[in-house]
Amino acid sequence: MRKLLLLIIILLTAIGFTARLFYLQIYDTSYENLSRNNAVKILYDYPQRGYLFDRNNKLLVANQPSYDVMAIPREIKAFDTLEFCKILNTTKEKLVKKLNKARFYSRQLPSVIVPQLTKSEYAYLQEKMWKYEGFYIQKRSLRDYKTKTAANVLGFIGEVNNRIIKKQPYYRSGDLIGKQGIESAYEKELRGIKGVKYIQKDRLNREMGSYKNGKLDTLPVRGKDLHLTIDIELQEYGKKLMQNKRGGIVALEPSTGEILALITAPSYDPDLLVGRKRSVNYTKMYYDTIQKPLYDRGLLAEYPPGSPFKTINALIALEEGVISPEDRFSCHHGYTYGSRGRKMGCHSHPSPVNLTKGIAVSCNSYFAQVYRKIIEKYEPPQKGLDNWRKHLESFGFGNFLGYDLPPGRPGRIPSAAYYDKVYPAKNWRATTTLSNAIGQGEVVSTPIQLANMTAAIANRGFYYTPHMIKKIDNATISNPKFTTKNKTTISPIHFEKVIEGMEQVFTKGTASFLQVPGISICGKTGTAENFTKIDGIRTQLTDHSIFIAFAPKDNPKIALAIFVENGYWGARYAGRISSLMIEKYIKKEITLKRMEDWVLSHSLEEEYTKPYSGKPFKINQ
Amino acid sequence: MAKSNLANIDWISILVYFLLVVFGWVNIYSASFSEASSSYFDLNQPYGKQALWIGLSMIFIIIILATESKFFERFSSIIYIVSLVSLLGLFVFGKTISGATSWYVFGGISIQPSEFAKAATALALAKYISDLQTNIKRLNHQAKAFLILALPALLIMGQPDAGSALVYASFVFTMYREGIAGIYLFLGFLAVSVFVLTLLLGSGTVIFSSSIIAIAIYFLTKNKKKLISKLVFYTIGISLFSFSVNYVFNHVFKQHHRDRFNIVLGKEVDAKGIGYNTDQSEIAIGSGGWFGKGWTEGTQTKGGFVPEQHTDYIFSTVGEEWGFIGSLFVIILFTILIIRALFIAERQKSQFNRVYCYSVASILFVHFFVNIGMVIGIVPTVGIPLPFFSYGGSGLWGFTMLVFIMVKLDSDRMTSNF
Repeated sequence: MRKLLLLIIILLTAIGFTARLFYLQIYDTSYENLSRNNAVKILYDYPQRGYLFDRNNKLLVANQPSYDVMAIPREIKAFDTLEFCKILNTTKEKLVKKLNKARFYSRQLPSVIVPQLTKSEYAYLQEKMWKYEGFYIQKRSLRDYKTKTAANVLGFIGEVNNRIIKKQPYYRSGDLIGKQGIESAYEKELRGIKGVKYIQKDRLNREMGSYKNGKLDTLPVRGKDLHLTIDIELQEYGKKLMQNKRGGIVALEPSTGEILALITAPSYDPDLLVGRKRSVNYTKMYYDTIQKPLYDRGLLAEYPPGSPFKTINALIALEEGVISPEDRFSCHHGYTYGSRGRKMGCHSHPSPVNLTKGIAVSCNSYFAQVYRKIIEKYEPPQKGLDNWRKHLESFGFGNFLGYDLPPGRPGRIPSAAYYDKVYPAKNWRATTTLSNAIGQGEVVSTPIQLANMTAAIANRGFYYTPHMIKKIDNATISNPKFTTKNKTTISPIHFEKVIEGMEQVFTKGTASFLQVPGISICGKTGTAENFTKIDGIRTQLTDHSIFIAFAPKDNPKIALAIFVENGYWGARYAGRISSLMIEKYIKKEITLKRMEDWVLSHSLEEEYTKPYSGKPFKINQ
Repeated sequence: MAKSNLANIDWISILVYFLLVVFGWVNIYSASFSEASSSYFDLNQPYGKQALWIGLSMIFIIIILATESKFFERFSSIIYIVSLVSLLGLFVFGKTISGATSWYVFGGISIQPSEFAKAATALALAKYISDLQTNIKRLNHQAKAFLILALPALLIMGQPDAGSALVYASFVFTMYREGIAGIYLFLGFLAVSVFVLTLLLGSGTVIFSSSIIAIAIYFLTKNKKKLISKLVFYTIGISLFSFSVNYVFNHVFKQHHRDRFNIVLGKEVDAKGIGYNTDQSEIAIGSGGWFGKGWTEGTQTKGGFVPEQHTDYIFSTVGEEWGFIGSLFVIILFTILIIRALFIAERQKSQFNRVYCYSVASILFVHFFVNIGMVIGIVPTVGIPLPFFSYGGSGLWGFTMLVFIMVKLDSDRMTSNF
């Protein structure tokens, strides 16, 4: 024992030291960061965010420099708070609150104390900065909008929140990230890669030079420039036409699926969401539940598609072989069906009508009977309905389209299972769902889905997934998602008769006063009933004005869908706007001055205040 | 006179010695170099001076190996007395550096006699215990042996350099090996712990916690016969010792004495609050990971975050720049050297040799244990150097002599008994 005691103690010591070292160096990884934090200062060099251009090379969004006052709480020494607050135009309470928040986030890592200084604040502060130890100025770039429109398309950038920082370690507190629209969808391309500089510090927090001779330092990589598919002139014109109205316009180039314009009204000036005023303005708009300026109606609003839906029912009937284009159906101010003599009303027009005429005059009765034939082709109606639904889905209805902007809604095409749930006895029949024939009832779609359908008709049977991106750093996109044809289930030969009907809408039908000289437009009006709840009571409001159109008839250049909320019948607002949009895009000038004046001078604001007036009101005046 | 037998030299000890010295210098270089100086032997820099000290220690090695091994036994008393005189002389001629009057300064060179006193004391103790008339089991002989240890320890304590004085506790291991009762070991351990803890935490805390421990032992022990009186005796003993340490410290010492103790104990250097040194040292070591950041690449080392890094805290450089693997390498080297010294001690035929070699192992162990334990944060801050590693000529020479006298004695082990 006497010989062994020291030996044992030595061995135990060696084992104890090894265990302690293992704990410090291997097991507990927090030391690694601690070391980085107090010996190495990390400076970020933020690259320029990529520019955004429209399809004609017009600059939409550029950058402007911005300066944030950052602080590393651990390094802050006592300073003249009063003077500091005065320079930064803030109060002591706010400053203290910010500093406490920064301390809570991290004592070693920088936090933003005052974001986005103005140029004069920056110039003044820069000279005084040496007085404020622990504070420094971080340069960033903010967006500089060259257009007042398309806020819904472009989106905006804002400071990352803690949740994003946790999920994506690339971001540090105070970094900017795309929050909506293109900024968010193409964040990775636009942001570039920030440069990092590691600086060795000594224990007195003095900088000693670059760490490891700059071996780990990286240079910033500039963000990529994007060319969007939108035509900013068309976009701006659409916004102008939509003034004092609510709704959405979606215009596509049928041959590519490129989105030419995506307008939502009311919208806002993108400049409102730049810099220090961003959060105030955003909050204000976020809580505006009446106008909903942040709500992209072109992508998000689910409306009943109304009569434009008749075109697709016609196509399905032709494909299923249940009608021939020359079959005529009679209409006596409506269509009476069922044992109890229920009636679907129609307006007055010559009777009977064939397919082209049925589309041109938008005969409800004709399409009620066509729809019955589609559903009743199979027994039971469940099978017929699901078959009908399958065709619709091939046009992109009832699901997210897969375009490259973040928000979306799937719309709804009811399935047999849907009706089985509503009618648990499963005793429903084609006539039970007859509203689907004319795009009312259970069917809902978003404007972009309807525009996509129009493009598919214009293309005679296929579409490209709508998209906003045209070029990335001047290289045309090759994303197969946007360059692969989506074929519909309808054979190309069936389209001609339907398109003829849509042409007659302009030549002799419901939109004959909307013709644009020199352009053969094919379109379809729509008028959709809609309801809201006022004090818990279901109340009907003035119909939505709907219009779809493409032009020219051969080699179409533009296809669009327009919804004007509570605009009454289809040709009244949506039809006029669509003719003007088509003329603007194809001719680059407007000859229909009177029509333009009518649209610009008519407002629906009065209509929109009706439900909030608290008094009974009349609709469809 | 027996001729020196190089074939009997213990090459393992020598190899480990050189590995430690060279690796130590490599780390001193990293801990003290500046970009401005390019030469490895710039004598204005600590690493340049250390290179010179290493060179000079080769001369010591040659002299020691060339000396007849009997010399160390015969002249041990004289060496011891010279060493005591040099320690005494400090009170008159000594120079005060960072609070302790531990240095003679000749021209540009400072000599710290306490570093050499360890070897001298080891020789003197070996001589006394191996004397045929000495029976270490007898109380009056034990008292004499303790006196041999206490004289240099007290002189060093008076400088004051509590850390270096603490090292003399290591001889308890040697005495235990040579036959004193185990209770001394226990008491020695207790005294050192109470001494350090009282200075660090105050006697109130020490007395309170020792009472708690005594009560706990009482309730946890089954055989309670005589236990209560023993526990009361120990608790009162600890309390009195702690009080007296506290009393002497606070009332007999003047403020500047206290400051020096506090500096040595690491209480005053705490520029940024309690535990700054240890925190920084742990951060540096912890950031090393498996393989370290690479030589001269340590961010903490470069930034000078760890105080005293090229002297007492040199091991934190090893930890940061060479990682777990490098640290383990150093620990293994020390363990080999100390165990080798034990092994050498046990194979000696002469008691003098054995006591001396055993003391070498004990001294190296205490330095190793206290220094690295402090740097990695498991032993309270006590300022003593890491042998062969820490910057300083006297320390390096002291340890070199300590080890090579052992090697010399060992090489002549066959012929040295008489």
